[in-house]
Amino acid sequence: MHSFRFEPADLPPEAEAVRADIRAFLDKNLADYPAAMRARSWSGFDPEFSAKMGQAGFLGMTFPKQYGGHGKTAFERYVMLEEVLAAGAPVAAHWTADRQSGPLILEFGTEEMKQRIIPRITKGEILFCIGMSEPDSGSDLASVRTRATRTNGGWLINGSKIWTSGAHIVDYMIGLFRSDSNVERKHDGLSQLLIDLRNTDGISIRPIKNLAGEEHFNECVFEDAFVPDENLIGTAGQGWSQVMAELAFERSGPERYMSSYQLILELLNAVSKETTPAGAIAVGRLVAHLATLRNMSISVAAKLQAGEDPALDGSVIKELGTLFEQSVPLITHQTMEREPSPDHGDDLGRTLAYVTQAATSFSVRGGTREIVRGIIARGLGLR
Amino acid sequence: MSGDSELRTILSDQVNRLLADRVGKGVLEAAEAGAPQDQLWQAIEENGLPMVLVPEDRGGVGGGWGEAEVVIRAAGKYLAPVPLVESILAGWLLSNVGLEMPLAPISIAPVRADEALSITKDGGGYRISGMATRVPWGRSVERLAIFGRCEGEPYVALVDSDAWTVELEDRNIAAEPRDSLRFNGPAVAAAPLPDSINPDRLFAFCAMARASQIAGALEMALEQSVQYANDRSQFGTPIGKFQAVQQELARMAGEVAAAGAAVEAACRAADRVGSGAGFELATAKIRASEAASIVASIAHQTHGAMGFTYEHSLHFATRRLWSWRAEFGSETYWAEHLGRSLAAHGGAALWTHLVGRA
Repeated sequence: MHSFRFEPADLPPEAEAVRADIRAFLDKNLADYPAAMRARSWSGFDPEFSAKMGQAGFLGMTFPKQYGGHGKTAFERYVMLEEVLAAGAPVAAHWTADRQSGPLILEFGTEEMKQRIIPRITKGEILFCIGMSEPDSGSDLASVRTRATRTNGGWLINGSKIWTSGAHIVDYMIGLFRSDSNVERKHDGLSQLLIDLRNTDGISIRPIKNLAGEEHFNECVFEDAFVPDENLIGTAGQGWSQVMAELAFERSGPERYMSSYQLILELLNAVSKETTPAGAIAVGRLVAHLATLRNMSISVAAKLQAGEDPALDGSVIKELGTLFEQSVPLITHQTMEREPSPDHGDDLGRTLAYVTQAATSFSVRGGTREIVRGIIARGLGLR
Repeated sequence: MSGDSELRTILSDQVNRLLADRVGKGVLEAAEAGAPQDQLWQAIEENGLPMVLVPEDRGGVGGGWGEAEVVIRAAGKYLAPVPLVESILAGWLLSNVGLEMPLAPISIAPVRADEALSITKDGGGYRISGMATRVPWGRSVERLAIFGRCEGEPYVALVDSDAWTVELEDRNIAAEPRDSLRFNGPAVAAAPLPDSINPDRLFAFCAMARASQIAGALEMALEQSVQYANDRSQFGTPIGKFQAVQQELARMAGEVAAAGAAVEAACRAADRVGSGAGFELATAKIRASEAASIVASIAHQTHGAMGFTYEHSLHFATRRLWSWRAEFGSETYWAEHLGRSLAAHGGAALWTHLVGRA
């Protein structure tokens, strides 16, 4: 049975040094950014802001300098991440490229692809989305049916991808496709392709409005969309193991427990104005959870930095973090006697309105709660 | 990584082996029936475990909270029915004021936030008076480390059982003695608390120790539940193969991990900034007490009717969890305490406060 110990770790001094820089950047560029927008956390989409992040050196922080990256440690990037999340900065536009597409290309891409793509990610010039889920493939990701068929000089894509956040705006998708149907295991015969969404014929993108009325995600339909050979990522047929490595990038970071941070902040502001026992209890409880999750997440970051494989620990962070993030609107609701008011409320009312609705997605995106718990159960020796 | 100290690793091996060998169902049942646990205590004392926070030049182990934590957590995990954790706290209190830690089971008083004992000067010595309720192991110990005020100043005193009478033999849900003691007698010795220690934080250190004990008992409840889920078959398969059971046990594992992490963070902060660790101490008790309820509930659901019997040993852990979550302040008590201190500074200060902690 896995030990599930999260040994305390410190962010090293060079990482703490990043804090002042990113705060100065955020103070300058988000001075008038309203609370109700900050509430969107890493769902706030603003390509201009992303370009500024890139120009200021906050994208591709860990990427090698030879590809325009900044050669910094994962800890330094960690501090940048938690600061942008604490500020509620609109980071969604570059989030996928910076967190997983870039690292994936650096690990599996060709030299030519690295030189072509990575410098532009780092400058915030190109944005990415993920093409994994399909209308009939969600948690059972290996069952994807969208085909990549060999053709002269490349591949023809047919089928559809869904929940592709930002596909209607961003430049590239990295998708997982079935390139070989004659395999014994469905995990074999999958390939990852880089798709230029703006310059490829045969792709139609239909926005899907979410329950809060936003259009973040989409369905992308491919009809004989051509992808050239040089856009194959890694090895044809090895897509599954590549995707698993990619998903491991995204389970233990601060975004797994800070999505509701702005609501905690507004709740605390309200409790500061008028401190009731119930209000103090709510704030104390939430902040105790937040501080503990942060310690656990830094512990996992230290394991990552030390070259260990903390996939299981990352799943524990996601399990606890999403429960916590989802508890914030509920506890606020039960404590504050406040009707959530999306248009004309005060900062607390508007933030509550947004987070109440958004929270539904927290335990679905990036692997559902059920899948994550299944991974933990395997660590317990039950599967 | 901070890295574990060598002492911590040695202590961990030592205490886990000792308690795993010596605290079984028989011992726990006998202790609940009131049988004294002299042999167990002797083995614990021979290994120096109560002295983990006592400096080496005073005959102790010379560990910090990081070292104490492995002992306390093991005491919690193996549900040791002796005042080991209270003795560690007593050793810490006495050492803080330069008093000798006696070689005997010793507990502490008072243990409730709303109670106080008074220490008065009496000739060349000191007298203790007042009432303390719910004193852990009150009837079973011959010494107590007392916290009180003497002429308004915070003091720690060592007293022996001549100085008190047991007014009420009470217990917690787990049948651990929690007795009311009336004090009216001389202290063996007393000394003022140094300025470096905030007297208002002593209770929080005790709460953190209970939290660490909870973290240990949580591990026991999880291990027992996983074992049971693998052993118990229904519908022709171990119940641990059912997703419904797996999902709950995974939830449980998360809570166990979070409580352990909160306690380790608190010990690290205590070793770094002493009384300045108020935030982390409170956080540890909030997180551990909350986990106690969730974990006990899932453990029992997993064990079905068997877990509701006295015969099955699960209740030795869960009854302690239900007791300990309330002792030295519940999660609600500490959340309000923490929330009020955060509210005094407002939302804008929160993030700086969080990332600036020790």
